[in-house]
Amino acid sequence: MRTITFSQATLEAMREEMQRDPTVFVYGEDIVRQGGIFGQFKGLPEEFPGRVRDVPISETMIVGAALGAALTGTRPVADMHFADFIGVAFDELVNQIAKNRYMFGGQANIPLVIRAPDGIINSAAAQHSQSVEGWLQNIPGLIIVAPSSPATAKGLLKSAIRQDDPVIFFEHKVLYPQKGPVPEEEYLTPIGKAEVRKPGKDVTIVTYSIMVQKCEEAAMELEKEGISVEVIDLLTLKPFDIQTVIDSVKKTHRCVVAHEAVVTGGLGAEIASQVQEKAFFYLDAPVLRVGAKNLPIAFSSVLEKFIAAGQDDIKKAVRSVLYREG
Amino acid sequence: MPFQKREFPDKFAALGKDDKLGLLRTMVRIRSFESRVEELFLNRRIPGFVHLYIGEEAIASGVMANLNRTDWITSTHRGHGHAIAKGARIDRMMAELFGKTTGYCKGKGGSMHIADFSVGMLGANGVVGGGYNIAVGAGMSSMIKKTDQVAVCFFGDGASNRGTFHEAMNIASVWKLPVIFVNENNQWASTTPTSFATSAARIADRAKGYGMEGYTVDGNNVIEVYNAAAALIEAARKGKGPALLECLTYRIKGHYVGDPEKYRTKEEVQKHFTENDPITRYAGWLKGKGLIDDAVLAAMRAEAEGEVAEGEKFAEESPLPEKEDAYNDLFSFSPSEFPEVVK
Repeated sequence: MRTITFSQATLEAMREEMQRDPTVFVYGEDIVRQGGIFGQFKGLPEEFPGRVRDVPISETMIVGAALGAALTGTRPVADMHFADFIGVAFDELVNQIAKNRYMFGGQANIPLVIRAPDGIINSAAAQHSQSVEGWLQNIPGLIIVAPSSPATAKGLLKSAIRQDDPVIFFEHKVLYPQKGPVPEEEYLTPIGKAEVRKPGKDVTIVTYSIMVQKCEEAAMELEKEGISVEVIDLLTLKPFDIQTVIDSVKKTHRCVVAHEAVVTGGLGAEIASQVQEKAFFYLDAPVLRVGAKNLPIAFSSVLEKFIAAGQDDIKKAVRSVLYREG
Repeated sequence: MPFQKREFPDKFAALGKDDKLGLLRTMVRIRSFESRVEELFLNRRIPGFVHLYIGEEAIASGVMANLNRTDWITSTHRGHGHAIAKGARIDRMMAELFGKTTGYCKGKGGSMHIADFSVGMLGANGVVGGGYNIAVGAGMSSMIKKTDQVAVCFFGDGASNRGTFHEAMNIASVWKLPVIFVNENNQWASTTPTSFATSAARIADRAKGYGMEGYTVDGNNVIEVYNAAAALIEAARKGKGPALLECLTYRIKGHYVGDPEKYRTKEEVQKHFTENDPITRYAGWLKGKGLIDDAVLAAMRAEAEGEVAEGEKFAEESPLPEKEDAYNDLFSFSPSEFPEVVK
């Protein structure tokens, strides 16, 4: 199979969906003149004149207008530049977009996508490094996805654009230049379904986004210690595929949840809680969470690395649920 | 406070008698609905919060007479008048206020979230200033699909101090979107007078900062509102871009029904109502022109009250939601597809 970058994969998804449906359009800061800060929109403006647009630095408008456009017959894709800036448009996302369909008794579908590049990269510091999916877990009415590879990025973005509901598409900034196999033929990655990245029998790791590859690497090393790890890539964070998680835990009896976001109040807490509610008697150890320390992401790389969760934290948690030292 | 007026072409003059009476009828229907809603709320038949449009009817009536069914509006928490003027049904509105399944939002929205998407009424909004960017997005749809649809964003004087005003006005101007921002300056943002809370002498002056045209009209004169809206909406429809129209009015009722109104005197309110009621003024004008007489006005009122009474009966007789209905309408898909989403 051919390999392309994550960035190219998202570009292909945009191109295919814009060709397929003339009501799909995309706007954001610096996506025409710069092609996106990670090159993820390169070439698209020339191909679809008028349907790929730069906007002023106006995040409440970027998010709020997506709702108005979605309600009136188009399928907007709004680019947030950095996921952190969702904070600027929080009312638009949680009080307008998330509430609209329900509050008005289902009068209209809301086919919109908010693309939100997130995560720690190159000392970007506290306001450009966050993983903010935890902010939105508590909000009914949103769908949240987070691809982990070029193939899942393409398939999930296409599904998100076709979805008749608001979808937040978290794309980790470190993933953009990474290459991976992507089928030539058209495909969709279903929303709401997790994928088992690596089968195993001793411990289940539930993870997503950039942490999938870190968990896979950790799993390979743990194999050398005789530990067989099953890695589940959630792909959809809300609603997440709890059934796949439970099925795995019933087999392994041990569970670790790993994400880059801070542990406190994060998605890991929700997953751990649901695992103990639904599979308590299958568990041989408490569910452990791996994530960033409860701190903002600091600038200096020494601090940044210390605050973030790494492979060692994953391995430590896995050994811990097996009651092994080290 | 004095303000610069622009003389708009008198398109109103060209209206036939039916259309001229139609403006009055819309105002009377809004007044009848709101008056009955106030009573029903005070009698505890309607729950929640209710914000009445009494005294401001000329704005919704005059603006909406220039819109097509396929045009869009975004509304405020004081949205009943906008909904009625845009063509929403009074019975389904009343049912919504009663929290019944036959209401526009199946009882999930209530007064503050009244909406009828089928006539382009994209919703009242519980967040002050929450409608601007929704209207901008509707304008984007018009641009992307290359239609001549126009979006009108209604907002209050209080909402003109939100940051969303700035972002929406700016993009609308930069992209020449077909969005008309209609300010209903009723002098009061809840308990705070406009003069205290707003830096600009006139809210319309703020348009200048966005390279947009901005005008102030007497919002209690439906003819003035109609003519100004006609010119601005027509220009927007032809691709000439957005405009800001400030309509000066006065909030006759409290911020909400039950407001003790300790921040102003009864005399002030009464003076405005006696001297400046938009319905009395326009009815008087029509009488002066020999277009109506007292009998016609009385019949119009009786008809509106009958429609409201019918609506109330419909609302009373409609079923309340079942508990399990709470799980519906969150997403386009059925909750059974993703039970863990909502349960």
